[in-house]
Amino acid sequence: MKQFLSGDEALAEGVRLARPQVISAYPITPQTVVVERLSEMVEEGELQAEYVHVESEHSALSCAMGASATGARTFTATSSQGLLYMAEVLTYAAGGRFPIVMMNANRATALPWNIYGDQRDSLALLDHGWIQAYAKDNQEALDLALMAYRIAEDPRVSTPFMINLDGFALTHTYETVDVPEQSQADAYLPPYTTSNRFDFGQPVNLGYSAGPEYNRYYKYEAHRALEATAAVIEEAEAQFTEVFGRPYSGMIEAYQAEDAEYILVTLGSISGLVAQVVDKLRAQGQAVGMVRVRYMRPFPAAQLAQALDSCRAFGVLEKDISFGAEGTLFTNVCSALYQGGVTAPGVNVIGGLGGDDITDGQIEAIFTELQQRAALSEAHQEVQEELPSVIFLGIEEPAVSADSARGEVH
Amino acid sequence: MVMQGKPTAASIGDDELFFGHKACAGCGGSLAVRAALKVLGPQAVCALPAGCMSAVGFNFPQLCFANNAMITPFAATAAVLTGIEAGLRAQGKKPEDCTVVGFAGDGGTADIGLQALSGAIDRNDDILYICYDNEAYMNTGIQKSSLTPFGAKTTTTPAGHNAHGCLTQKKNLFEIVAAHGIPYAATASIGYLPDFMEKVQKAASIPGTKYIHVIAPCPTGWGCAVDETVELAKEIVDCGLWYLAEYEGPTQSGQPGGVFRLNKRPKAFSSVQDYLKRQGRFKALTEEELAMVEQGRDEQWERITSQWN
Repeated sequence: MKQFLSGDEALAEGVRLARPQVISAYPITPQTVVVERLSEMVEEGELQAEYVHVESEHSALSCAMGASATGARTFTATSSQGLLYMAEVLTYAAGGRFPIVMMNANRATALPWNIYGDQRDSLALLDHGWIQAYAKDNQEALDLALMAYRIAEDPRVSTPFMINLDGFALTHTYETVDVPEQSQADAYLPPYTTSNRFDFGQPVNLGYSAGPEYNRYYKYEAHRALEATAAVIEEAEAQFTEVFGRPYSGMIEAYQAEDAEYILVTLGSISGLVAQVVDKLRAQGQAVGMVRVRYMRPFPAAQLAQALDSCRAFGVLEKDISFGAEGTLFTNVCSALYQGGVTAPGVNVIGGLGGDDITDGQIEAIFTELQQRAALSEAHQEVQEELPSVIFLGIEEPAVSADSARGEVH
Repeated sequence: MVMQGKPTAASIGDDELFFGHKACAGCGGSLAVRAALKVLGPQAVCALPAGCMSAVGFNFPQLCFANNAMITPFAATAAVLTGIEAGLRAQGKKPEDCTVVGFAGDGGTADIGLQALSGAIDRNDDILYICYDNEAYMNTGIQKSSLTPFGAKTTTTPAGHNAHGCLTQKKNLFEIVAAHGIPYAATASIGYLPDFMEKVQKAASIPGTKYIHVIAPCPTGWGCAVDETVELAKEIVDCGLWYLAEYEGPTQSGQPGGVFRLNKRPKAFSSVQDYLKRQGRFKALTEEELAMVEQGRDEQWERITSQWN
């Protein structure tokens, strides 16, 4: 049934359809609407779940982990400082191989304190062993809730799953969303069964210590499971399309990228605007395209290398900066391209920090920058190296425009 | 199943549920866990945060709990207990005689775990939280916690020229817990094992959140012989620096604000000085400081005997 829903509401509908048995909830803007809707669903009896009012995010995830250890399907949600506050529990949940599903409303991290959207929170925690997916719109947010359980609970995966929604841009923006029937969701998502749980017939110790002689095996297995997740995602999406009729494109989504000479790599909701700019520039005859990264972990390295294989220059636009280095998406993309033998010049564009707007004009300027960098790179290899590889949108120095960037070089 | 009838030397079973662990000789904490599980039986589900008992009992492949058990993040004992209980109940899989029980040390309870414990009591989740109190962070090498008593030397409260060990008083966690209106809270000591085991038994029969604070001496950290653990655990009660008490909240007692009860009122205290002087950690205390400890004891007892049943 079509409904007009915010991203938080759509996500909550997806969670309802997935029938979690234990929900631990602690409020933080802009995630709050998710836990509010779920509490209403439980109160109204639409959702049969134990709803636990925990006193912190640290306890939210710890509670979910305890419940998961009994074999229950669990859900929690957080954002920003809350995600960082529960960070140590992320490694427990991943190491214990508990397939908890958690929604994260991507939000800036303090200081300065800021409640608006950027992606510095979840990207700071890429190494904690969770699957990380990023929605581009509210429909995908709902659909990811169903797919997340299917993927996380697959015995080949058995790994927790973080669904990321851009704060406000998705969480508080209304769109028409197709909410599936419960019967469809039930057909897609079977009840959770696992051997990684307490057993009263044969008691088990879960989550323990393992010294240097054993530790590497656990870490290796966790790594292999994340790698194996790639195939499980493909299966889960194929089956999703069969049941619900909506296709998904795997760990990346390529838009007009096949013959594109200039490709902008994106993450999350900004992809909608970038696609519009691509359409406009294509209409003007420019060979531009977009590749949206849908999963940061597992990271679609081979797919990215393939998608960017024949471009002349690429940009990575992200709402994140790893201070003193570059944006984390850029780091990951560059590694993928290096491994894949792709040598096109790249530029990292940092924007949208603390909820800052990214305009269509800025995106057009990035494509112009890519064209000029490709031309420079192809003409004078040595000049390319002196151009800044990290550009902040809306900051005069170093300048965004290609002209003034070149001006610095002279 | 949970032990029926009064726990006595004759009635406790031979089945061990916590064994093969690597605790130090004379460990009071492991005795508390062992005795509690003898009462709660094999259906109990255990959660332990970072601390002595998880460090000595959860070393793969030497896993020492015969029960279902798991490690929790340090601050999260109570939150994990909540999740376990909710998960079992949500699936209709909680056996009738299953106690969801946590064993956390003094630091894991009174310091880093206090927020989660308070949250669980607020929700009145059906869990039993046992704090085995050895009065410092023993697992990490004897550092001060908020349950370290005044005058105790630890590796972070050295006894030097300027300070003679811990400068703060032991946090009154029993009454902090009771102030939540928790259905049942108790203090105990492994020196009075039947009393402790009866309290565990009683707690298992009460719905809602239960808290037991059991003194569990640590020869390694206290500076005493390994065969003095039980004697010291008795003596701390006999000299009045610890007490055996219970609190029953409004729901259990039917009284607004609940009811405190002292289980043991010594007619005369044994010597505080003797208790302190047999432990290396109090060696630096002056006569004046020893007298201060004794005075603190008297003030405490004057308060609780006048206010509690």
